[in-house]
Amino acid sequence: MTSPLSPYMRIGAEQRLGSLRLDVSCELTDPWTVLFGPSGAGKSSLLRLIAGLPSHLGQPAAGQLIFRGQTLMDVGRGIWTPPAERGIGFVMQRPALFPHMDVAGNVGFGLRGVSGADRRRRALEMLSLFSAEPLARRKPKSLSGGERQRVALARALAPEPRMLLLDEPFTGLDAALKQSILANLIAWLGERQIPALYVSHDVVEAFETGADVIVLRDGAVEAQGPARMVLAEERERLLRRLDGPRADGRRWSGAGPFSEE
Amino acid sequence: MDRQALLLTLELAAVTTLILILIAIPLGYWLAYGRSRLRPLVEAVVALPLVLPPTVLGFYLLVVLGPRTAFGRGLTALFGHPLAFSFSGLVIGSVLYSLPFAVQPIAAGFGSVDEEIREAALLLSPSPAVVLSRVLLPLIRSSLLTAVVLAFTHTVGEFGVVLMIGGGIPGVTETLSISIYDQVQNFNYAEANHTALVLLSFSFVTLVLVYWRRASGRTEAAE
Repeated sequence: MTSPLSPYMRIGAEQRLGSLRLDVSCELTDPWTVLFGPSGAGKSSLLRLIAGLPSHLGQPAAGQLIFRGQTLMDVGRGIWTPPAERGIGFVMQRPALFPHMDVAGNVGFGLRGVSGADRRRRALEMLSLFSAEPLARRKPKSLSGGERQRVALARALAPEPRMLLLDEPFTGLDAALKQSILANLIAWLGERQIPALYVSHDVVEAFETGADVIVLRDGAVEAQGPARMVLAEERERLLRRLDGPRADGRRWSGAGPFSEE
Repeated sequence: MDRQALLLTLELAAVTTLILILIAIPLGYWLAYGRSRLRPLVEAVVALPLVLPPTVLGFYLLVVLGPRTAFGRGLTALFGHPLAFSFSGLVIGSVLYSLPFAVQPIAAGFGSVDEEIREAALLLSPSPAVVLSRVLLPLIRSSLLTAVVLAFTHTVGEFGVVLMIGGGIPGVTETLSISIYDQVQNFNYAEANHTALVLLSFSFVTLVLVYWRRASGRTEAAE
């Protein structure tokens, strides 16, 4: 993916959320941006703000959210676009599938102006992207955690959102599955030029996806830039952890992911 | 048993339940998800019939709907007859008196829906009405059933309000519970027993069905 010249989203927000004060100001330019930071740094709150989901802990005291020239939120001017009108897909940490609908029903839920048969066909198409087509007739309660996440992803992508937010949706999935899902997802988004903001704790993932990284700490942007620059310290720490046990020969016999460098 | 009173009671309960459900769905939604500071006040108003003597409610309705107030005179002009001592007056009284029995289960049902499921629906739906009809209402159907059953059975069993506002006019405002009262007043114990037994069986069987359905729902959810 190549970076567009101008930012597609400008975010500025001040919001008190319990003990956390979210005070964020940044621009998103890269099609695949990773939001990185410790737990409680405000990553999920920032995603919710972009999606337009209200927080029980407080509303933004000030701020603006501009997406491709359209103001989605401006506290000063009293502008607030409802979530469904933002055209932003959101995959949360928990899949939150609709339990009374089958998988195809879940995936087709967000499609507008599409008849029944076309809705199902489109749902199957989206499911096949994540090798989940055979699950179409099953109810969410019969699915494994990984299957539910793939369905949630297909559901968020089906209406072809203008942007995708991912809040650690692959936590708990095995590495191979995660890698294959991510590869399909990035390719699909790239073909359609749909940018994504992805919350992750995984340094390797940030490097692998060649992402622009925003590091959030205590509710504020600490750093922003290419993974190689912004996460250099995290990468070193990871390498030391991987090399440490191998050096004394007790646990690791294979090479770490960065051992060739 | 007084057949006329039975039919009138069933008609009153059906009309009241229908109106109550139409009111309780938006009101329950607002109580469950609204953030207004007025919420505790509205909750208190909705719950008031649970603690208020029915005669108090009946008394105020009689005054408000009667010719003593401009509102009552306006309603008389609108309907062509005074609402007190009429079937329409009974419906108004029953709706107010059974309001918490319809609103509270529905509000609790909305409140029990996983917040993330509701948010996922809000993100994908073209309107809150679609979220309501395709996601929330199907998910709270057991709460809806509870509300329907409680509103219906509570209306069938009410006495104080219908007596105050309706006066127990045979064929017009005399319901089964008033009919029992009249039968006892007339020392017609056999007939009163017959009517009471019908009401007791109806209420008991209905509640058993509701609890049985709820228990099987829990088993299904646990599987």
